[in-house]
Amino acid sequence: MSTVTTTPTAGGTPAVPAPSSGSRRPLRATRQDERYRRGVGRWFVLAAAILVALLMLSPFVIMVLNAFKSPAEYSQDGPLSIPKELYLEGVQNFWTRTNFPQKLWNSVFISALVAVFGTLLSLLSAYAIGVGRIKGRLWIVTLFLVANMLPQEALIYPLFDMAQKVGLSNSQWSIIIIFTVIQAAFGTYLLASVLGTFPPALLEAAQLDGAGRWRILWQVVYPIVKPTLGVLMIFFFIWTWNEFFIPLVMLTTNDTQTIPIALASLQGDRMMDAPTTNAGALVSLVPALIFFLIFQRTLTRGVTAGAVK
Amino acid sequence: MTTRTDTVPEAGPGPAREASRATAAPRRRRRPAWLPYLPYLLPGAVAFVVVIGYPFAMNVYYSLFKWRGGMAPMRWYGLGNYADLMHDSAFWTSFQNSIAMVLAMVVAPTVIGLVLAAVLFDYLGRRFGPRVAAFLRATYYLPQILPVAVAGVLWNWILNAQTGALNVILRGIGIENPPNWLGDTTTALPSVMLVLIWVQIGYPVVIFMSALQRVDPELYEAAELDGAGWWRRFRAITIPQIRPETFVVTLTCTVAALKVFGPIYVLTRGGPESSTLVPSYYSYLNFFDKSKVGYGAAVATVLTLVIIVVAVVILALQSRAERREQEGR
Repeated sequence: MSTVTTTPTAGGTPAVPAPSSGSRRPLRATRQDERYRRGVGRWFVLAAAILVALLMLSPFVIMVLNAFKSPAEYSQDGPLSIPKELYLEGVQNFWTRTNFPQKLWNSVFISALVAVFGTLLSLLSAYAIGVGRIKGRLWIVTLFLVANMLPQEALIYPLFDMAQKVGLSNSQWSIIIIFTVIQAAFGTYLLASVLGTFPPALLEAAQLDGAGRWRILWQVVYPIVKPTLGVLMIFFFIWTWNEFFIPLVMLTTNDTQTIPIALASLQGDRMMDAPTTNAGALVSLVPALIFFLIFQRTLTRGVTAGAVK
Repeated sequence: MTTRTDTVPEAGPGPAREASRATAAPRRRRRPAWLPYLPYLLPGAVAFVVVIGYPFAMNVYYSLFKWRGGMAPMRWYGLGNYADLMHDSAFWTSFQNSIAMVLAMVVAPTVIGLVLAAVLFDYLGRRFGPRVAAFLRATYYLPQILPVAVAGVLWNWILNAQTGALNVILRGIGIENPPNWLGDTTTALPSVMLVLIWVQIGYPVVIFMSALQRVDPELYEAAELDGAGWWRRFRAITIPQIRPETFVVTLTCTVAALKVFGPIYVLTRGGPESSTLVPSYYSYLNFFDKSKVGYGAAVATVLTLVIIVVAVVILALQSRAERREQEGR
């Protein structure tokens, strides 16, 4: 967020003069390591860190344990026992009640299109702002940033009205359009600051070769910022996947809803016994988990980049 | 993002950048070279106006009317909705609860995240290897990847008074009347806060750990040779060095805390007796439940103003801290 105003001092300014700077020979490093590996205290710290990890994981463990446990067994043995036999009705219940494959498709469809369109829109705007140095760009970027901070409640009723007027009520396209713009507001801000540092020499060389702006965008700029665009797409996909409020309001029937809405709307239903609830939560988080595992590396790099860039 | 750190540190699209650019390319044409780039901004500008600008203006406009929504007649009410808000105890409760949300989503995760990140990076990472640290970090981050509505549904069940996992366990170890966590006015808000801390904590841990990688390890080594203990090093090196990231986390999380809706919707729906009501949910209630569209729009407008003011204050504090640091050195 703060990237417009901050540039973290890369590497830091060494306030304390390091006594042996530049002479970190392997020999010394090993001695250092050995020194670190002594002591009992470190085991206590490790135990504490593991305890925190267990606390963080416990809801997941409880969820998995009870997703496959029959209601009878649950009331008898409680939530912490390991299921004696695999009870699959919870998953089945949830699967058929929500028509899960359809919800999965809805979520994938909406999130994927938003990811592509949002990145494209960000790139175009950021090209004008970062490379073209449009006049008043600071204001434009600020405006986009503010837009990103707006509570969605301050947009929802007019958006709802507009969607009805143009025949997009209960349409996934309304969600796709809205989130393309909301995500692109952030994407433009991020990409503009990246493209602002684009090596001018490259641009000038391309200009001398007679390339127009359109060609420079796709043949010079695009290949270089491709990794950033990739991170942006993953972000947009996940953010849209997890969105709750606007889809809740705009998607009013079963066949258009996304996974989080489907799960939430089953709440309080008589059918939602312990295994169904847990299986529902489990099934709903699996796609996000798979996606996360696939893109973990790109993502952790991206979280960092988003923070300091 | 990763490749561009080698260029001159710049302060965003501002005069500093302009200057460095002028030196890099001295013979730049004087006539507005940006004009031909305008078409590239056009799609974004149009989309922005249609999806964000116009709806936001309309929302402010609605807030000046009494309107039940849809085809119902709109009656001019001026600033009446805002005046009514001032005497509406639910409105004040919702903003009071926002403070609790900031505690749960900003203050607690940032403080805990800072300590966890420092312990993982500077202590455990060195004594047990980076793999241990990376594994622990992943477990802390896990709640962040699941859709917040899914997390809410799961916790809603765990905290359920009769059949929920927590109370079944508590009864199992002999506690007769475990609290109705989400159903009691005294425990609902703290319960929601704990869930939010759980959801939120991974974010600062990941950001801070990557920030620490940026810090020169020799700083720590030097301090250690000088006899500084872990706590002294944490306070004298870690905290000042990662201040930029701390501001980023504070700003993004505060905005998120003020906007929070999903967890409240799936955990408590603002209840019992408004004890967990937040502004965004209150505005939603007015829009779609009570059909008081003008009133809901007013709540949303006030919330927007509060968010912008808070964000500006945080950004101002940040630039002041930076200026001070530059002067101090």
